[in-house]
Amino acid sequence: MRITCPTCGERDRREFYYAGAAVALDRPDAGAPPEAWDDYLHNRDNPAGVTRDLWYHEYGCAAWVVVTRNTVTHEVLKTELASDVKGQGNAG
Amino acid sequence: MVELQAKSPFEGLLPLSVGSVGVSEVAPGHLTSIAPFRGQAKALSAALKDAHGMAAPAPNRVTGREGARALWFGHDMLMLQGPAADGALRKHAALTDQSHGWAIVRLEGADAAEVLARLAPIDLRDSQFKRGHTARTELRHMMASITRLGPQSYQVMVFRGFAETLVHDLKVAMQSVAARAVGSG
Repeated sequence: MRITCPTCGERDRREFYYAGAAVALDRPDAGAPPEAWDDYLHNRDNPAGVTRDLWYHEYGCAAWVVVTRNTVTHEVLKTELASDVKGQGNAG
Repeated sequence: MVELQAKSPFEGLLPLSVGSVGVSEVAPGHLTSIAPFRGQAKALSAALKDAHGMAAPAPNRVTGREGARALWFGHDMLMLQGPAADGALRKHAALTDQSHGWAIVRLEGADAAEVLARLAPIDLRDSQFKRGHTARTELRHMMASITRLGPQSYQVMVFRGFAETLVHDLKVAMQSVAARAVGSG
């Protein structure tokens, strides 16, 4: 499996650490109901198909990358910097 | 005040030469990691140019010259190799002295790329990895920085504590490449 890091280009899977569903980027507000926190902390989908997860390019540029991929075909559909997804990039 | 004596991470290990490839130690001078503050990347680049003569490198590139280089070193991270970082840079970035934290070698020779290709999972072909290109990648399970300095010349950096492992792994790869060269000759 190869993942295209938005910064470094196409790299071998061994350079990356897998951190699970990208739901971690959607932290509920402090006042959110317990159900929202339950979903955020514990409940995960296990789709046969397209899924979004977080990978850490730990042997490369040390960026967090949001990878959209298909668990059935193993196709990697999209990769984005987590800092861009969260709107906190350091551009400029 | 205790007088501390600087020791090379490669004492007794380098230089090393096998077949067409040689490894020699690079004395880094100063090493300073530079992490631009949010929104300060352009201002940092200008300050770097004023102070040290080179702009900040784009991702996967280096700027500067022998003795004063700026290496792209990761997401929003540069490494200044050579001169002591000018204080003016502090206005735009977080600076961290790493002078004694890295072990640095230069790998040179006709088969240098062949040797590296046995150790790192990146595309090292001439068309993809040219002079002035750099990569953060894995080198036999070590976090490494690999930079192409010339047609047959590369700089390899790993954490200082891995110096002996680096030399061992390079030596094994160099012997393997040299053995194949003999076999096919």
